[in-house]
Amino acid sequence: MNPALLTVTLGTLVLLVIASAAIVLLRPSSEGDELIRRLKTWWVIAPLFLMALLPGRAFTLAFFAIVSFLALREYFSLIPTRRADRRVLLYAYASIPLQFAWVQWDRYGMFAIFIPVYMFLLIPLRMLITGHTDGFLSAVGTLYWGLMTTVYCLSHVGALLLLPHGGVGLVLYVVVLTQWNDVMQYIWGRSLGHSKVLPSVSPGKTWAGLIGGICSTIALSIALAPFLTPLTRWESVLAGALIALGGFLGDVTVSAVKRDLNHKDTGTMLPGHGGILDRIDSFIYTAPLFFHMVRYLHF
Amino acid sequence: MARLLLFYVVLKPFVHGVLGLNVGRKDLLPRAGPAILVANHNSHLDTLVLLSLFPYRLAKNIRPVASAEYFLSNRFLAWFVLRLLRIIPANRAMLDGVHAALASGEIVLLFPEGTRGEPEQLAPLQCGIAHIAKSHPDVPITPVFIRGTGKALPRGDPVLVPFLCSVQLGEAMLWCGDKVQFMRNLERGFHELGCRR
Repeated sequence: MNPALLTVTLGTLVLLVIASAAIVLLRPSSEGDELIRRLKTWWVIAPLFLMALLPGRAFTLAFFAIVSFLALREYFSLIPTRRADRRVLLYAYASIPLQFAWVQWDRYGMFAIFIPVYMFLLIPLRMLITGHTDGFLSAVGTLYWGLMTTVYCLSHVGALLLLPHGGVGLVLYVVVLTQWNDVMQYIWGRSLGHSKVLPSVSPGKTWAGLIGGICSTIALSIALAPFLTPLTRWESVLAGALIALGGFLGDVTVSAVKRDLNHKDTGTMLPGHGGILDRIDSFIYTAPLFFHMVRYLHF
Repeated sequence: MARLLLFYVVLKPFVHGVLGLNVGRKDLLPRAGPAILVANHNSHLDTLVLLSLFPYRLAKNIRPVASAEYFLSNRFLAWFVLRLLRIIPANRAMLDGVHAALASGEIVLLFPEGTRGEPEQLAPLQCGIAHIAKSHPDVPITPVFIRGTGKALPRGDPVLVPFLCSVQLGEAMLWCGDKVQFMRNLERGFHELGCRR
């Protein structure tokens, strides 16, 4: 077994045990049940992700393709869709296996342009064939935004496997840091947060949470970089800051979407977290930004 | 045996993997027959989604009432719905079929709108259910509101598109002694479930 993977697996296990012990011992009264549900879900999704990294590239990519599918399905179930566009939605679903296949086949060029160019042109074309112009612009806009966020952005986590000697370490790095950042921003914001960053979008996000999250994420990004990445000390500080800020932006972007649609959560798939989009929203920014940073600096 | 396999290898993975299902108040699901489940109807998927809620032990005794005209029109489909889904054809003999099923402790699945309407819009309820309830005053009737199936596989379009579905279960009700009052209760039950998120 990959020693880096082993280390991170043990680290995750230790963190989960500490968090579980803390909840059992401290028994926080307000939101206690919610926290327990959330932690139970972590006990399922963290091992699932770590196991998906074990058997090799195709398996890992299939895992992320499934996550993309679940997220896109959740998104399509959330937004208003026109009945006339049902077949267009199928095209969007069908692009998922292809987008991840480009990574598997080492086709970086196609990976980079398939959704931003070809799907971007194909979706309105397929919609034209149905002939419904009422709500055309909002339909093509909302549909494509979902495809970009849940498939294109997320697929950049998998694309780290394309980089020479990149591989599993970089995937672990960006996923662990992004999730760590989510948790840290939450904990810091809860413990000493007052003034809000974007009160009209996400009342839960405070400056203390954001700054505490950035510092905690940079600390972990420095600590993990030598094991998992080719990044130097200063590059890992940059990566930590990028992931912390990006995670925040992804989170509030999906918050804005939920506000617009009058939903508290994007779904119910992950008890305590909400939907799958609530869990992976941070990757909308962190995955592409981290991928291009690493690719620019080292490959 | 074939039905058991189909249930766990095809039906459950399909409902949870392709569609995705969120169930509200699953504790209100009947735990034994005889019982009646009444649901709004938007899609052929409704029956499959409702079946998937139960453990196989109960699901194998579920008898959906379904249009004879539609489902018995071709021989293959007729074999499928009669042998595998064990439907009670909605024809003149329907009431006898329902009585027999309830008498032998089975769970009857009814769509009182009579037909698949517009997604999530409740059409006027047919009062056949009241006749059944009157003849079986101690059989619990559980209202169910289904969302999403009408987007995944609506009437008049054979293409299936993955959408999350949700099932909201209501408190079981019994025959109240009066047909008009019973239908009103049922409609109110559906309306409350339709507002629940």
